[in-house]
Amino acid sequence: MKRFFYELSESWKIAAAQMRSNLTRSTLTALGVIIGIIAVTLMGTAVNGISIGFDKSMAVLGDDVLYVTQWPWKPVDDWWNYRDRKKIKTEYAETLNRMIAATPNSNLVIAVPTSNLMRSIKYRGNQVDNVFVLGTTSDFIVTSTIDCTSGRFFNELESRGGVNVVVIGYDVADALFPSESPIDKSVLINGQLFKVVGVNTRQGTFLGLFSWDSMVAMPLAAFNKYFSAKSDSDVRVKLKDKTRLADAKDELTGLMRRVRGLPPEKKDDFSINEQQAFKSTLDPVKNSIAIAGLFITGLSLFVGAIGIMNITFVSVKERTKEIGTRKALGARRRTILLQFLIESTALCLLGGFIGLAFAYLMCFGIGKAFPSFPIHFSVGLVFLSMIVSIFTGLFSGFAPAWTASRLDPVAALRYE
Amino acid sequence: METRNSIRPRGPVVIDIENITKDYVMGEEVVHALRGVTLQIHRNEYIAIMGPSGSGKSTLMNMLGCLDTPTSGRYEFNGKNVAEMDDDELAAVRNREIGFVFQTFNLLPRSTSLRNVELPLIYAGIEPERRLERATQVLTDVGLGDRIHHKPNELSGGQRQRVAIARALVNGPSIVLADEPTGNLDSKTGEEIMDLLEHLYERGNTIILVTHERDIAAHARRTVHLRDGLIEMDHAGFIPELDLPIAEITST
Ligand SMILES: Nc1ncnc2c1ncn2[C@@H]1O[C@H](COP(=O)(O)OP(=O)(O)OP(=O)(O)O)[C@@H](O)[C@H]1O
Ligand SMILES: [Mg+2]
Repeated sequence: MKRFFYELSESWKIAAAQMRSNLTRSTLTALGVIIGIIAVTLMGTAVNGISIGFDKSMAVLGDDVLYVTQWPWKPVDDWWNYRDRKKIKTEYAETLNRMIAATPNSNLVIAVPTSNLMRSIKYRGNQVDNVFVLGTTSDFIVTSTIDCTSGRFFNELESRGGVNVVVIGYDVADALFPSESPIDKSVLINGQLFKVVGVNTRQGTFLGLFSWDSMVAMPLAAFNKYFSAKSDSDVRVKLKDKTRLADAKDELTGLMRRVRGLPPEKKDDFSINEQQAFKSTLDPVKNSIAIAGLFITGLSLFVGAIGIMNITFVSVKERTKEIGTRKALGARRRTILLQFLIESTALCLLGGFIGLAFAYLMCFGIGKAFPSFPIHFSVGLVFLSMIVSIFTGLFSGFAPAWTASRLDPVAALRYE
Repeated sequence: METRNSIRPRGPVVIDIENITKDYVMGEEVVHALRGVTLQIHRNEYIAIMGPSGSGKSTLMNMLGCLDTPTSGRYEFNGKNVAEMDDDELAAVRNREIGFVFQTFNLLPRSTSLRNVELPLIYAGIEPERRLERATQVLTDVGLGDRIHHKPNELSGGQRQRVAIARALVNGPSIVLADEPTGNLDSKTGEEIMDLLEHLYERGNTIILVTHERDIAAHARRTVHLRDGLIEMDHAGFIPELDLPIAEITST
């Protein structure tokens, strides 16, 4: 073992000397790996960013909340079976809450109604179009990961009374109030004035997935007063214990069937969804993006590896006589193998370091220039790209190093 | 000449080859480089191998140095059958028991004298401090104490060959194999190298030398003549009349 480390460190010195004496060639060869590592790392940060964005968007849905909806959260082939379903009404929430209260040991905590549609919002000269307007009750915060940077969510009193108050998303606040605090200002929605009581913490938008940043929330009573039946309604139900999701789902299905008055022979005329279902339809998309991206950028690294392999072959050829001499002086096969493997690995590792440094700077620059671009640099990625570099080196150096170690000493010494 | 031809007490046999042949297959044609060579070499002998070009001198030398394997025949090195050694054992023998000196020096061009001389010590797994000490010592012994940080292209031919000799000696091998060590040097520098070999011989090393030149061969205590892959003559000392080039003998 000690012997191995001795050989390792000596081979390392020889490799370093070799690279130094062939500086131009080493640099040019390393360039292939540098570019490869930059590409892979950048793609890695993007994949990372996408994945984090997904998770954030998923977190909005909450992993302990069931959604009662007309349409299921998955692609369906028989859309006509869903089209004619009765709409979900916000009143169901109250009925459900009464049933939950009457059920001993219920797996459900509370049902919260939500209605929504798109509207424009104005404040003085500023206007934001296509804002997602949500009507709900003050219980909404129980089912969601929403919080406020300033102000607060509307309270139970405002909720019951249908007072004209709103909580606005970060981007909405930013557009309407570029230079002042939105709190206690009145915004205009659908010709009605609403007082802003809170601004949500920034969440970040991601690939057009739902984000709190571009929505406003108001008491359901107020919502129903001003926005007619054109809205979509859902009921969300909070669970007691998310590990017993299946039980809770069964229970809720039973309750909803009672609400709808369905006889046993009829099929459900509503859908119950959870974050997981949504995730499992989106995860394959996310994974294919990741795999395709990494594959394509991986190709550029592969080209770099071929470059290193090529140069190591040239190096072995050029130094045939040297290899013969080394063997005559007592170098064993594995010493020669190790020497060339370390040379190629050192080259790759060097390229990897430089590539990583560039990638980091580029990430930093992109992050500054386009804050919304999903990119995320992590320590794990640093280790990953180092490991990838090492393996690239071993991969590309192995064939030439093997050839070198197998050279017949006499033939090598005769080589001109 | 007197001392040189005097018979010394013989040491144990270090090299014992019997009926060694070596064939090179080149397409259709087979070149018989060695056709059955039998030779015993004792510790602390000084042997010159002579013969015309292509007679198999280098081939024999590579065989003796465990760089090459015979097509047939038996080779015992220090009583061990070389055919039974694996690659690592052969490498160890080359590293510790044998020192090679080449006609073309074969120094690593981008490494200093010191680094070149350290090489066999590295392969022997010697600690860095001891390595440095030993390599410097040997370089000083061959008269290059002030050239240890020079690279080969900053040295004269004679100095290069001395670095190569220092490299061959650094692990304290018992046998030095020199294939035309003066072939690329002028006669004066050649003589200096021969003095160095003479000194090693005095110190107890076994020296095997391949040469074309009669005055170089004259340094040896035993001369082996090869011709067409066979030993033509093997005699003690250097006898000017015997050791004329074959062509000259036949023409007189
Ligand atoms: N690798 C090889 N392939 C084919 N033939 C070879 C090979 N090596 C040597 N030979 C042949 O073997 C014979 C002996 O070669 P060797 O190099 O031993 O001669 P030599 O006595 O050292 O000659 P010189 O004095 O010119 O160095 C020659 O005919 C040579 O052509
Ligand atoms: Mg020769």
